[in-house]
Amino acid sequence: MTVEPVTFTAKGVRRGYIDCLPLLLAMAPFGLICGVLSQGVGLSIGETVLMAMIVFAGSAQLVCLNIWTHPPDLLAVTLATFVINLRMALMGPVLSPWLDQLRGWRVWGSLFVMADQNWAMSVSEMNKGGRDAGYLLGTGLAFWSMWVATSAVGFVLGAAVKPTPGHPLFFAALAVFVVMLAQMWRGRADILPWVIAALVSSAVAWLLPGTFWFIVAGAISGSVVAGVRDHMRDEKPT
Amino acid sequence: MTFDPWNIAAFVLMALATYACRGGGYWLFRQIKPSPLIRAIMKYIPGTLFVSFVVPSLIQGGLQPMVGAAGTLAVMLATRNMALSIAGGVAAAWAVWLLK
Repeated sequence: MTVEPVTFTAKGVRRGYIDCLPLLLAMAPFGLICGVLSQGVGLSIGETVLMAMIVFAGSAQLVCLNIWTHPPDLLAVTLATFVINLRMALMGPVLSPWLDQLRGWRVWGSLFVMADQNWAMSVSEMNKGGRDAGYLLGTGLAFWSMWVATSAVGFVLGAAVKPTPGHPLFFAALAVFVVMLAQMWRGRADILPWVIAALVSSAVAWLLPGTFWFIVAGAISGSVVAGVRDHMRDEKPT
Repeated sequence: MTFDPWNIAAFVLMALATYACRGGGYWLFRQIKPSPLIRAIMKYIPGTLFVSFVVPSLIQGGLQPMVGAAGTLAVMLATRNMALSIAGGVAAAWAVWLLK
């Protein structure tokens, strides 16, 4: 069986971009919430847009904005961002049948705009036999441009409403994570890690008030216990 | 439009941390294959991380976010629609806020 070579064409980029358009509406609330939150913690609109452009990581930005101080705790926000985005380190390798065939900016630029949704779309395109790797960049650019635009709109909305601290509008950021948890639930295997994460993070938050180690401590303890459990089960001779 | 140097520094560090995962992960795992244990652990990171963010925030926030979270979850289970669930949760939190 001969496999068609991987290409990277403007046509592929365009097709990826267009395939995303119906999904952009579903993503709009996240950018809006991020913009409202940025305004709420006292960032300027220029800073809000810059952050959206260079970080382009919704969950990490929402968590960091929730722990934002003046000046920001550089170690805490960097570490939180790193841990939250660690999942992406395993996403790139899945696309290696495409990426391994590309050089230079086509690889590293495509990876810059790789987010959860467009990664999933690209994996399914690849598995359907798609050989035009420009698809990843096209889908990524669609989400990136929407992310930057909705962040700016959210900032303007926040400036118009001027919600005070404790305003229910800020609950939207937390609601995003509740929704994502509901989507991530995979069944009984998640009970143990999630309970451990809940207990450890709550205990650390109580022991070290005003710091943000609780997020890291909860995530690492829960996933290490569950990972070791799964690993030992798989290793067991049957 | 102001740009605070500390904020810019934080954005740049966040961007680097993100790209270390996006690009660095692909680069690293092209050199070495991640062990099955590392893979098994990383599979659980997104879920435990969000739990670790949400649960302490609910405990600290009290009634308003707790009712909001319950509202979000209820709409999510009923409709499976993300935008609708967030709106429902905010509405529930808003109701508590108005009653106070």
